[in-house]
Amino acid sequence: MDDSNVQKPGEENENQQGSSRRDFLKNLGLAGVGVAAGAAALYSGHIFEAKKEVSGDEKVLLTQDGKLVSVDSLEIKAVEKTGTALHTQEGREGIAGRRWVMVTDLSKCRNARKCISACQGAHQLRPEQYHMNTLQMQDTPGTAPYNMPKNCQHCDNPPCVSVCPVDATYKRPDGIVLIDNERCIGCRFCMAACPYSARIFNWLEPRDAAAHAGEEYNVELNVPQKRGTISKCLFSADRLREGKLPYCVEACPNGVYYFGDENEDAVTNGTTKETVRLSKLLSDNGGYQLMPELGTKPRVYYLPPKNRLFPFEEARDETPEKV
Amino acid sequence: MTRMNENTPTFEQITHDLSHHIRINKGFLAWMGFLTVALIVCLYAYSIQLKTGLGVAGIRDYVTWGMYLANFVFFVAASLIGMLISAVLGMLGMKWLTPITRIAETIAVAFAAVAGLVIVSDMGRPERLAYVFLYGRPQSPILWDVTVITTYFVLSLMLLYLPLIADMAILHRRMDTIPGWLRNVYKVLSLRFTDSPEQNRIIHRSIRILLILIIPAALSIHTVTSWLFAVTSRAGWDSTIFGPYFVSGAFVAGSAAVIIAMYFFRKNYRLQDYFTDLHFNNMGKVLATVSLVYLYFNINEFLVPGYKMKRADAIHLQELFAGKDAVLFWLVQGGGLLLPILFMLFRRFRKPLPLLLISIAVLIGAWFKRYIIVIPTQEHPFLPIQHVPHNFAHYSPTLIETLISVAPFILVLIIITLISKFFPVIPIHETAREKGIEPISFD
Repeated sequence: MDDSNVQKPGEENENQQGSSRRDFLKNLGLAGVGVAAGAAALYSGHIFEAKKEVSGDEKVLLTQDGKLVSVDSLEIKAVEKTGTALHTQEGREGIAGRRWVMVTDLSKCRNARKCISACQGAHQLRPEQYHMNTLQMQDTPGTAPYNMPKNCQHCDNPPCVSVCPVDATYKRPDGIVLIDNERCIGCRFCMAACPYSARIFNWLEPRDAAAHAGEEYNVELNVPQKRGTISKCLFSADRLREGKLPYCVEACPNGVYYFGDENEDAVTNGTTKETVRLSKLLSDNGGYQLMPELGTKPRVYYLPPKNRLFPFEEARDETPEKV
Repeated sequence: MTRMNENTPTFEQITHDLSHHIRINKGFLAWMGFLTVALIVCLYAYSIQLKTGLGVAGIRDYVTWGMYLANFVFFVAASLIGMLISAVLGMLGMKWLTPITRIAETIAVAFAAVAGLVIVSDMGRPERLAYVFLYGRPQSPILWDVTVITTYFVLSLMLLYLPLIADMAILHRRMDTIPGWLRNVYKVLSLRFTDSPEQNRIIHRSIRILLILIIPAALSIHTVTSWLFAVTSRAGWDSTIFGPYFVSGAFVAGSAAVIIAMYFFRKNYRLQDYFTDLHFNNMGKVLATVSLVYLYFNINEFLVPGYKMKRADAIHLQELFAGKDAVLFWLVQGGGLLLPILFMLFRRFRKPLPLLLISIAVLIGAWFKRYIIVIPTQEHPFLPIQHVPHNFAHYSPTLIETLISVAPFILVLIIITLISKFFPVIPIHETAREKGIEPISFD
């Protein structure tokens, strides 16, 4: 309270009466705030006193974000398990020390589409939704046609991640580009930016949405799928965490896919389970990447369709006319 | 203007001419009733989209940005005119612009405000709009767009309001035909303006500062909007001139919008003495000039890649020039740009009615030009579109999508109608000053 509020005798006039009424109300308000603050202080003091009872038994605990903390055992109380937050946290950090890489051998692909159905099954995708799609390619009219499985290239310089306004799609240290459908706002800028058309969108309710409602969201599997959000190939990040090969790699009957760790310079064939040196596989077979001129630095390599095991056949289109 | 000099009007006369339309009449109520009903229909369509998902629109995994985004680009474009008229031409000292400035700023405010809403209709998860602010990443051009559009909207609103202060002071004292509540609004908005030299100096200086600030803000909004496309590698979007290409196209759309508004206000609010043939003639020259600049950028944008015919560009250009999109492309380029330029070279086509018709053609062309910029590029990505339903590969808008795209136009009309109905369309104070008439006392 400053001096200006003190009424000096003989100064009273109409105007001042008004202002002293205001002052009075102001003072009343201040007093009210003071009482409330005092009560709050007393109450918190009481809580503090009550908390002072300690068992002396300190427990060392691991917090959700991976820090070690010590807490008195009396202070520990059970909380609801926030699995999604945990998944999101782990899913953003990736698997330490790894640099996942995929090699697709085009000479072995006969468009069996087993990889696609395994993938669509695992990720709850509709039949027209692809994380992995086998395309029938012909580079120029004079060159031979071939089948090319195409998934997200998990670029080291991903245009999709650059343009995402909310950090919903992100690049992990282990090389995987993921999408967090609890963050995605559905602007589809990433789809516009991706030169490989690798991204899909849940335009309508996802497949079996009712059956999966209430399931905990797993960012490394991106299920349950959510309407109005993006989905894409995840290199089966959930399987990698369990030490297994991706769904598509495992499902291929023809030995098309190799998957592994660039740091170890080793990739394993999903069909034969044979592990080979990545650098040797690429150099012996003339490995290349899709559209390297765009500077996206893909983590998927292709081996050219040379000495093919199967003749090329026109694929039949089995998708519905309109969805 | 020449007509005015013959018998110089009094201040009373000017005030009456420029404010007699401020009354709620049957025509206004009928028009607003129509707009409201139309808006409700469109909002119903949007409620279906909210319930069912973005899939009610024709957009799918390949053409993922459709009419909504074309609409967004169009709305941002039209709003740029405020900057061209007020700042660029105004600061060059073109006195004939005085009666047009408020229309230009009204259009700027209305279109910029609605552009922000248009983009929400294109979101898969509109309820997460706040995430843009909570988790925004500055490297995404969407963040830049949100920032500059908000800035431009605020600057335009101030540029609309500051010249209005003096008019509010004039009107709240003089008008007796208007309802009391509106007079009170005027009184509050007039900020106790008494036409003192000091007040005029402050307002004048503030406007000048705003006029300078709004130039980079306006350039940014459409440049950044063009970058939503130009930062990708896709044929048709991967262009270094997209910024100026979009900005010059924006001036075309905005000038046409101003001419259309001038024509209707002139007719409905009986402003023939203020929007004279001279104003239409001059605006016709402005529209022809900006159209020529836009034509120049069009030639650059299509001829250079067309000369090289790199694989992806070639597919894109063949579709535009002679393929699936050719009819629309040539209608837009011919009817919306080339022919209007040719006509406007002749004085007789810069008379009010012919210029109105030309402007309508230009504005429709401008909308479809955005459609042509946004959609065909996505129909031929780098890798083939295979094993997907037919409607994934070929975009066609749905009825619901069309209704949702009409909603922003209705909103813009509502905003412009309300502003022009309750405030003078032409600045009274400035008009009187320029005619050398001193306003009668502001006691």
